[in-house]
Amino acid sequence: MYEQFKARAEGVSAEVYRFETKTVALDFIVGFLQREGCADEPHAYALWADSPFLDGVDRQPLSAVAGLKFVITRELAADARFGISQMGWALADTGSLVQDSSAIEQRLVSSLSTIHIALVPTSGLLADMPTLLTRLHPKDSAYIAMITGASRTADIERVLTIGVHGPERLIIVFCDELN
Amino acid sequence: MGTEFKESINKAVNDANLTGALGKFSEAYKVNRAKAYEGIDFEELRGRIADLKSYAASHLDQLSEQFEKNAVARGAKVFRTNDPARVREYILKVAQDNGVKSVVKSKSMATEEIHLNPYLEKAGIAVGETDLGEWIIQLAGQTPSHMVMPAIHMTKEEVSDLFSKEVNERLSSDIPRLVKVARNELRPKFLAADMGISGGNIAVAETGSIVLMTNEGNARLVTSLPKIHIALVGIEKLIAHYADIAPILKALPRSATAQLLTSYVSIITGPTPNDDGSMKDLHIILMDNRRSEMAADPKFKQALQCIRCASCLNVCPVFRLVGGHVFGKVYTGGIGTILTAWFDELKKSEDIQGLCIQCGACKDVCPGKIDIPDLIMEIRRRLVQEQGLPLIQKAIYSVVNNRHLFHGMLRAASIAGKPFTSGKFVRHLPLFLADLTDGRSLPAIAAVPFRDRFKEIKQPHCTEKIAFYAGCLIDFAYPEMGESLVRILNKAGIEVIFPQEQTCCGAPARYNGAYETAAGNAIDNIKALLEEKVSHVVSACPTCTVALDHEFISTLESLGQTEWIPKARVLAARTIDFSTLVKKLVDEGRLSLKEGQQLGSITYHDSCHLKRTLKVAEQPRELLTKAGYEVTEMFECDMCCGMGGSYSMKLPEISGPILQRKLKNIKETGAPVVAMDCPGCVMQIRGGMDQDGAAVKVRHTVEILAEQLKE
Repeated sequence: MYEQFKARAEGVSAEVYRFETKTVALDFIVGFLQREGCADEPHAYALWADSPFLDGVDRQPLSAVAGLKFVITRELAADARFGISQMGWALADTGSLVQDSSAIEQRLVSSLSTIHIALVPTSGLLADMPTLLTRLHPKDSAYIAMITGASRTADIERVLTIGVHGPERLIIVFCDELN
Repeated sequence: MGTEFKESINKAVNDANLTGALGKFSEAYKVNRAKAYEGIDFEELRGRIADLKSYAASHLDQLSEQFEKNAVARGAKVFRTNDPARVREYILKVAQDNGVKSVVKSKSMATEEIHLNPYLEKAGIAVGETDLGEWIIQLAGQTPSHMVMPAIHMTKEEVSDLFSKEVNERLSSDIPRLVKVARNELRPKFLAADMGISGGNIAVAETGSIVLMTNEGNARLVTSLPKIHIALVGIEKLIAHYADIAPILKALPRSATAQLLTSYVSIITGPTPNDDGSMKDLHIILMDNRRSEMAADPKFKQALQCIRCASCLNVCPVFRLVGGHVFGKVYTGGIGTILTAWFDELKKSEDIQGLCIQCGACKDVCPGKIDIPDLIMEIRRRLVQEQGLPLIQKAIYSVVNNRHLFHGMLRAASIAGKPFTSGKFVRHLPLFLADLTDGRSLPAIAAVPFRDRFKEIKQPHCTEKIAFYAGCLIDFAYPEMGESLVRILNKAGIEVIFPQEQTCCGAPARYNGAYETAAGNAIDNIKALLEEKVSHVVSACPTCTVALDHEFISTLESLGQTEWIPKARVLAARTIDFSTLVKKLVDEGRLSLKEGQQLGSITYHDSCHLKRTLKVAEQPRELLTKAGYEVTEMFECDMCCGMGGSYSMKLPEISGPILQRKLKNIKETGAPVVAMDCPGCVMQIRGGMDQDGAAVKVRHTVEILAEQLKE
């Protein structure tokens, strides 16, 4: 299923990675933020929304990243370059990510940032939409959000253009250790 | 058709940007859509969608009530009304009560249907469209030209001019740069807005949820940033169960833009907390605006199965020439014609319903399984019922309904047409008493019609007899096609009878809404064709075959003339099209074609009625291959040739370019011959080739096969 997901997600210009442990995944994220020039100034900093991933993680390596914040407000989100959040599920047949986004912070970091880094537990990989609908129900979530690739438009001359109102890059990080 | 309407058509077909963009898109769409549906049983999928939407349409009240109860239980405010005016008032009141100064909107056809923006703006509220295409046309002061791609008619240069004015800076026409400008301009508007207004792609009664789909991500911002969210939803978006969203989420993006899923899908059920800890003020408006009336109409109820993908626009040979503006201000294309007739008024659809050429391409791809061409015919019928036929048409149909007079006039025309005959074509011919079009020559009416020639044909006596239904074109313009058919059937040991009382199949009348005339034709033909005991009634005209096979019954049903329906069914059961019959005879070993021939390349044009109504496409190709031809497929082989009966005479400005495209596709195969099974298509394409001057022979399959019979 992972291979199918990867192919489908890459087909809509997402970048897909998979790591066994949280430690390795964290190293990747730290390296990614540093490489991409994450810094403590407007349009350069990163926001990490509350994620189970962070539970019990040694946050020491994170202090090496300048401009990584864990407090989310709409003002901060409006000028964030990076948004990091954890998604609950991934759908193999469309390359989609799914999250219970009832908490506004989850939507702020994934909709206003330029680059969205989405953490996904590998165990959250599902075959398709009908399977998801049996796992996630509106009675348990007031705002179910699905994300498939980067924000896109073809409204001018039918030319596909990435990054309209949402993120222009979507980095998907699977972690086997995450539940 | 009104002059103003004709002018809007002329303007559209001469707009190179528009026809270029739409043409390119429709060609790519077909390929991409097929790819998006790879591995999916489309018939099964649309069957499920049609079922669940049809169920919803039968239970609109119950589902509205259930939706309201469940959404309210989750903390949403639900307002239900039939009246667009009350929708506008409600939204304005919520805005005023909360001191709203600015609104951001994600794309919503329902708000366009009720002309919400100008209403709010008049009250001093700033309204910003945030879908890129909608924003572009808002800046340009225009209306959408396509339901999914509202600004498809504009070039990047035009967009760059608009944006330059908006940001007071000379911008280049680089598209990624223009998109960035939109992002930067709209971002502060999102953040400052006091209210977000969205539509709803789906409303789930079981959970009180609304589902929103976008690619740009604007609906996520519209529903997340402002503290008030109003969703305006037409009640046709209701479905019963949460699980029902799966098939719609599967089909809608694939059919709309050939995507597996839109970038973003949001399922919103009740309010969520804002970033300051307060709760969102969520209002959901369920708007009826004649949808219940539509649901109560046995014919039009199925139009509520629409999921608004606009694939009927994308495959329409007419839409890709004229675009959406010709259709009016809100809903466009095939389904738009139907929705306009209801949500606006029947009268408003008077001109636009005439744009439909009845090729059936939309019916094939509709994920809601709506018979759009049939519903447009029903609009035509009701318009005629309400307003009567134009005088000239009345005169024509009174002639068509009197076989002796009609055939007498056609015979007279063969003489009247003579002075203008050049070779096989004439310049002006009173076919259906109409003028000739540019870009196409019409055939001379035969000096001796088939019905007279038939009497001279010496046939062997055979036990099996088949009745031949010629139709007007073979009878009076192409009698040689009829003779070829007799030769072929005789060779298979079948005697052909030609009931002399047969007359026009009624299609011209029916396609113009004159059902009374069509019913008169149906009854005359039923009487004539059932008189003698035959194994089949064969026709070499797919339009006639469809009339005999389907439309006699539906015309009589529409008019409630039930006494003739059982006989119409007997006739339908006996009716067979030429290629299917011949293929059957060849397969049974009763007919043999010459063997080992190498006749070279041929290309085949699928006629609309044969391919899409009778589902016959392989038979003629197999027969031509068996005869020794190599079939070279043309691009868009099953796209309409633009004939459409009298359509080509009423709307030559549309029929002409459709024909030109067909001619180009034929010529590009390099085949010296193009075959087809319809004398109407032969008339259109042969006439076009004649004026074009290309050395491509245009022939009916019957003529080709008659030359290749094994002696």
